[in-house]
Amino acid sequence: MNILFDIASVLAISATLMMIISKNAVHALLYLIASLLAVSVIFFILGAPFAAALEVIIYAGAIMVLFVFVIMMLNVSSTEQKMEHELLKPKAWIGPSIISAILLGELVYMLASPTSHSMLIQEVLPRAVGKLMFSKYILVVDLAAFLLVAGIIGAYHLGQRKKISHHRYLKNENQTS
Amino acid sequence: MNIPMEQGILLAAILFCLGLTGLLVRRNVIFMLMSVEVMLNAAGLAFIVGGAAQGNADGQVMFIFILAMTAAEVSVGLALIIRMFKEFKSLDIDKASTMRG
Amino acid sequence: MKEYLWLIVALPFVGSLVLAVAGGKISRLASAITGVGTVTLSAVLSIFIGLDFLNNNGTPFNQTLWQWIDVAGLSPNIAFHLDSVSMTFIFVITFVGALIHLYSAEFMWRDEGFVRFFAFMNLFIGFMLILVLADNFLFMYLGWEGVGLCSFLLIGFWYKDPLNGHAARKAFIVTRVGDTAMAIGLFILFMTYHTLNIQDILANAPNTWAVGSGIAMTTAFLLLGGALGKSAQLPLQTWLPDAMAAPSPVSALIHAATMVTAGVYLIARTHVLFELAPVVQTVIAVIGAVTLLVAGLSALNQHDIKKVLAYSTISQIGYMFLALGVGAWSASVFHFMIHAFFKALLFLGAGAVIWAMRDEHNMFKMGGLWKKMPIVFWTFLIGASSLAALPLITAGFYSKDKILWLAYASDKGSGWLWLAGLTGAFITALYTFRMVFLTFFGKENAEPTKHPGMMMTIPLVVLAVLSLVGGFIELPENMGHVNLFSDFIEKTLPITSIANMGHTTEFIFQLMSAVVAIGGVLLAYQLYFNKTFPAAVPKRSPLQQFFFEGWGFDWMYNTLIVIPIVFLSTIDKKDFLDYFYQGLASLAKQLNSILSASQNGKVRWYAMILVLGAIITLTLILYP
Repeated sequence: MNILFDIASVLAISATLMMIISKNAVHALLYLIASLLAVSVIFFILGAPFAAALEVIIYAGAIMVLFVFVIMMLNVSSTEQKMEHELLKPKAWIGPSIISAILLGELVYMLASPTSHSMLIQEVLPRAVGKLMFSKYILVVDLAAFLLVAGIIGAYHLGQRKKISHHRYLKNENQTS
Repeated sequence: MNIPMEQGILLAAILFCLGLTGLLVRRNVIFMLMSVEVMLNAAGLAFIVGGAAQGNADGQVMFIFILAMTAAEVSVGLALIIRMFKEFKSLDIDKASTMRG
Repeated sequence: MKEYLWLIVALPFVGSLVLAVAGGKISRLASAITGVGTVTLSAVLSIFIGLDFLNNNGTPFNQTLWQWIDVAGLSPNIAFHLDSVSMTFIFVITFVGALIHLYSAEFMWRDEGFVRFFAFMNLFIGFMLILVLADNFLFMYLGWEGVGLCSFLLIGFWYKDPLNGHAARKAFIVTRVGDTAMAIGLFILFMTYHTLNIQDILANAPNTWAVGSGIAMTTAFLLLGGALGKSAQLPLQTWLPDAMAAPSPVSALIHAATMVTAGVYLIARTHVLFELAPVVQTVIAVIGAVTLLVAGLSALNQHDIKKVLAYSTISQIGYMFLALGVGAWSASVFHFMIHAFFKALLFLGAGAVIWAMRDEHNMFKMGGLWKKMPIVFWTFLIGASSLAALPLITAGFYSKDKILWLAYASDKGSGWLWLAGLTGAFITALYTFRMVFLTFFGKENAEPTKHPGMMMTIPLVVLAVLSLVGGFIELPENMGHVNLFSDFIEKTLPITSIANMGHTTEFIFQLMSAVVAIGGVLLAYQLYFNKTFPAAVPKRSPLQQFFFEGWGFDWMYNTLIVIPIVFLSTIDKKDFLDYFYQGLASLAKQLNSILSASQNGKVRWYAMILVLGAIITLTLILYP
């Protein structure tokens, strides 16, 4: 099991690394999906099958597909690829890498402690998750529902086309943008 | 089947920092959003690890909420990206810097 | 009836408020009715309350409305104290005020600031009533400052001419000097008595301060300073002639009948303190005597009709101060009342003349008006006779004569004071009838263009009647011995102690003052009646010029005070203290421009700042 955990984590890290380096949008997306699947495996190992399933269905399945739709719609083509090639010179990586490294170092420092807590993995069934969610965390469920409704309405409104005005004096403005 | 908790959190931290690097480096706004996804995923991983360490379902519940939030954020974010593209005709985030001063 | 005392004070304030808020929206007639009506109602009320007061034998009446302040032992109330002195004053203020308001309704009818005028006038009446009715010094000071403010507002009423603004500022600043002295005097009073209630202080003063003690003298001097400023006596008299830039009704009300007598009221009210400081009382008498001579000689050399009346006011108040100085308290208040009648009449009459002659102020450019404006002429003549104290028929004779007699006969009086007063009487008669003859007789230089209507003539007639018969309530001992007024006043103020002089001496003195008055009239007749003068400002010899300019006080103050202060303020134009505050402001601006460079609109920059912030926070948590 430990081996499985290590393999999955290496997979996740390398997929993410490839994602942030990649210049092609669709490639990056696929790398991201790979990373997400690896994390899903880790969830399974940790005894959270429900979370793993959700990760695949919603994250890798719905959200990434949204990304795909948008990338296709906006026609992120090879000209963009060339532009990315110009923008991503190696020396652009230095600053952000240093910053992230510092942050990582601090996080690691916080984690490093003489005693290691080992986890006794027991499987937590979806039933338990559901029970907890609708009893103790019921308010947060409602809040999440609000958030999703807000997201729907916002996305709908933002995605509207502007109406073409047929008013005599306003015709030249308000064309579809 | 003992996996030290520190390893899990460490993985989450590494993924988070990778995502952060991607956010800071890339100029294409879609890549930035993808990096944000990575960061959120890493946070969710940290929650699951914590929940597994305690043996109850709280970590998974929090993960579900993070997922819901991410979904809403992505939908609105992508809609905004579409509008931005239509407005500035480019996906370079530095073009959308008129709110300065 | 006496419970309505507060209404007398409240009505003018209400009128002022209504006019200030809604005056522009209601018709001119409605504003006039509001402005004149409130003061008339106050006058009617004060007559009724006066009758009630007299029926109660003149016992003082206190009415407390509410507590104003209560901090650290200082707890003045909004409260009124009605006794015979304040009764006299409110009668004069409201009655003469109502007549003047009626007059000014017609006088100011064409003016675009009509509503503003009545708002200010009502405000003034309200504050003046507070001044005389206040039962504690702080409330009186409120009225004191309030009338100063209204005087400023009304002198500078035609604000578009900068000279009027200059005159208004001069009036305010000069009286301010006096007000500051008075304020310091009030501080000393509070420190000693721990209360500012007037009656309490007056009751406790003889027990606390010895006669002639330093502190009594200092306080009395400081209060005298305030009185000198407000009443335009030496050395603070320079503002009153310039205040003639105000419309004539304002001059009549404020600078003749009421505000300038506030000093007289103050000294009469705090007579106990002045009796504890005999030196100061003598100083009052001397100041009064000197002022009346200085002002009289100045009045003799003026060509502007209102300036003559202004200097005449200064001079007549000098008489009142003279009376206060020799302890002739009721005589002083009597002269105040009579003076209010005839001086208001003279100012209103002069205003009518100026109004009819289209703003011509120079007497040498008038003439021959006695046929053209008969009512104005006859009332003016009556007023002038009262001012000149023509014997037996005019009220002015009785009041001024009483002062002259007591200046000699009182145990604080002296022959020199009497002589000064007598000379002053001669000069008064001389300049008064010079004014009458130049304005109304002689060759007609210009034709009056309009004639005053009913609203302007009725007040003139009423005041003329009062100037004649007003004196009959106080006849001297050898002429009927009517003591109505002095009995009334002596319920509050002390009886004048006279070194017994006998009736014969008194008769001789009366004869001398009669002779002097008639002599002045005759001399004026000789010099000015039907003589031709060039219709312009007359040529003056250097001495006459010196008198004309008010004995050089203006020049002296200008050189000693005004020019150095203006010089200092020009060299400190960019105030060095301002640099500090401007420096603070420019520092803030620079910090702003530095920091706002961090808001450059780039999302990645913001993200980086976020991360840096997270790193710094973590560092701070981990390291200590």
